[in-house]
Amino acid sequence: MDAKEIIARRVALELADGSLVNLGIGLPTLVAQYVPAGISVAFQSENGVIGFGAPPPEGMEDPNLTDAGGGFISALPGAASFDSGMSFALIRGGHLDMTVLGGLQVDAQGRLANWMVPGKLVPGMGGAMDLVVGAKRVIVAMQHAAKGQPKIVERLSLPPTAARRVSLIVTELAVIEPTDAGLVLRERAPGVCVEEIVAATGARLIFESETPQMPIGAAG
Amino acid sequence: MQKAISAAAAAALIPDGASLMFGGFMAVGTPERIVDALVARGARGLTIIGNDTARPGHGVGKLIDAGCVARVIASHIGTNPVTQKKMIAGEIAVELVPQGTLAERIRTGGSGLGGVLTPTGLGTSVEEGKRVIDIDGAQFLLEMPLRADFALLRAHEADYQGNLTYRLTAANFNPLMALAAACVIAEADEIVPVGVIPPDAVRTPGVLVDHLIERPR
Repeated sequence: MDAKEIIARRVALELADGSLVNLGIGLPTLVAQYVPAGISVAFQSENGVIGFGAPPPEGMEDPNLTDAGGGFISALPGAASFDSGMSFALIRGGHLDMTVLGGLQVDAQGRLANWMVPGKLVPGMGGAMDLVVGAKRVIVAMQHAAKGQPKIVERLSLPPTAARRVSLIVTELAVIEPTDAGLVLRERAPGVCVEEIVAATGARLIFESETPQMPIGAAG
Repeated sequence: MQKAISAAAAAALIPDGASLMFGGFMAVGTPERIVDALVARGARGLTIIGNDTARPGHGVGKLIDAGCVARVIASHIGTNPVTQKKMIAGEIAVELVPQGTLAERIRTGGSGLGGVLTPTGLGTSVEEGKRVIDIDGAQFLLEMPLRADFALLRAHEADYQGNLTYRLTAANFNPLMALAAACVIAEADEIVPVGVIPPDAVRTPGVLVDHLIERPR
């Protein structure tokens, strides 16, 4: 299992039956491949659809049915389409149960930075600021480090996406929950020890004497 | 609604330096024939308002490529390296707006409202220079209405009176923009007689549409 698969499989265990979920572009989209058996989830894409499915067979794509990354999708029975005003009313208005977003950094307060690197990368925030502010649960799905640098840091050096504390951070090494007391290490990936996680993390971690392993099966 | 005009005639109505709202999300729901006509006319100094600048060669990305644009108001430009390059070179000014805030600024701009109070952007660089308003102990950012000289829409069906329908994710910002510009021009996949579109299916009432783009000949 590679890093992205570990992350996607673990995030998928957070999906609640009957919930409405928005997956960000990139790594978070992989989560849709690992929805646990017996769980039914409606996925929203902020460009205006609830209930989308896998891409159609080649040559069957509908140019008017895409996801927020511009990729072709299908609509499942029961799907609904709507304009951007409705889409963000759903997001901001407390109707979205969960969002899964990529991250550049998360700090000890649980604040997320994921929309720009000053002087280097200015893609824009797209829907990320609304998603972090509005979703009932915000899960950050990201690799633990980038180019050897920890992405979980004491204090953000990048511009924050929102002031809000995110609900959970899932990486290929660990599951970490930001709380009032700080970042709590909840789980470790299969075959990873707590010392490795602490060494790869740029912020103080709170952990119990026994940190359970992620319930995602053996590493492959 | 006045009458159907060619895409070239629409481009001729739009002066250099005008502000244009373009429907579309990664070019899905963007009126490509109007875009092509603006490029062909050699439009200059345009302000374009919309979700993104698509990719080079697609949707409003073609206006960026052709040097038609002086200013962009969008939520995301990450998919268009030409926009980023021109922004860094100082050729294009870019204002980034959170996507939901952009939708609501356009909606209020077209709805006679004085602004939007949103929690989105609080505690971020989006807050800079804006008023934070306390409503019963909760903080909100005051975001101002947005209007443009022209709204350029892509619809699925239009009838002879300009009533519009949209398909799936091609609706996106189009229905909101239909209210928020001095002149509204719609390009539809199909033009149908009045009565073909059931009233319940109309998402943009024809009274909002000034011009339809005629069928390609």
